[in-house]
Amino acid sequence: MTGPVIIFFVLAALAVLGAVSLILQRHPIHSALSLIVVMVALAGLYLLMGAEFVAAVQIIVYGGAIMVLFVFVIMLLNAGEEERTNFSKLATYAGIPLAVATAGLIAAAIVRSSAGLSSAGPNGTLTSTKTLSMLLFREFVYPFELTSFLILVAILGAIVLAQREN
Amino acid sequence: MVPTNYYLLLSAILFGLGIVAFVFKRNIITIFMAIELMLNAVNLAFVAFSQALGKTEGEVFVLFVIVVAAAEAAVGLGIIIVTARNRRSLNVERVDLLKL
Repeated sequence: MTGPVIIFFVLAALAVLGAVSLILQRHPIHSALSLIVVMVALAGLYLLMGAEFVAAVQIIVYGGAIMVLFVFVIMLLNAGEEERTNFSKLATYAGIPLAVATAGLIAAAIVRSSAGLSSAGPNGTLTSTKTLSMLLFREFVYPFELTSFLILVAILGAIVLAQREN
Repeated sequence: MVPTNYYLLLSAILFGLGIVAFVFKRNIITIFMAIELMLNAVNLAFVAFSQALGKTEGEVFVLFVIVVAAAEAAVGLGIIIVTARNRRSLNVERVDLLKL
């Protein structure tokens, strides 16, 4: 095993453990901290693949902004431990088989469709931020401008939803 | 070098764990976090394909996914605050009526 493969397995184990911990924790703040572990591990994987800009954005936007929003709402609503209810019998029995079946289906489709390209694998060469920004601001400039409208609408929607009715 | 299949399998595992969390958790905030986990799994597949094929377009799509996830988090958490204020509960099984 070479160095990159070892690093991959360490980060992959960290990500999977974080995701399992998200499911097993009963308090939402613990789940949120587990999700931050997953996101940092994924940022490490992006660096391993050579996608440095995406790794930085992952840390700043996901690990920073979005998770701070989550933690803020958890504290604002004073969310406690999950209470156990048994309203839905179907979810109890069908949940695990369905989840395993879906994950297996996705994994099988992925392995079959990627058989041709996996011989070389990501070679770890850095995607230069210059190339990325050239693409973003030339070929994808129209979708890029549309996302600013999306953010604007989201801000307005969040303000309208969160304000108290008089 | 790490084969692309490893990244794609990790992506599928994380997506499956996201589905499990989505189905099993009862706290509405944790369910929302499960959606974020699934979006992250998809991003990993995007970057893996982008690097394997030597095309940068995949990373541009990841940036768009992150923008949409941020907008979704803002609106979704607004809805969660309203729901929690009206129902006095964060348990989704207690939010099963459209009318109060």
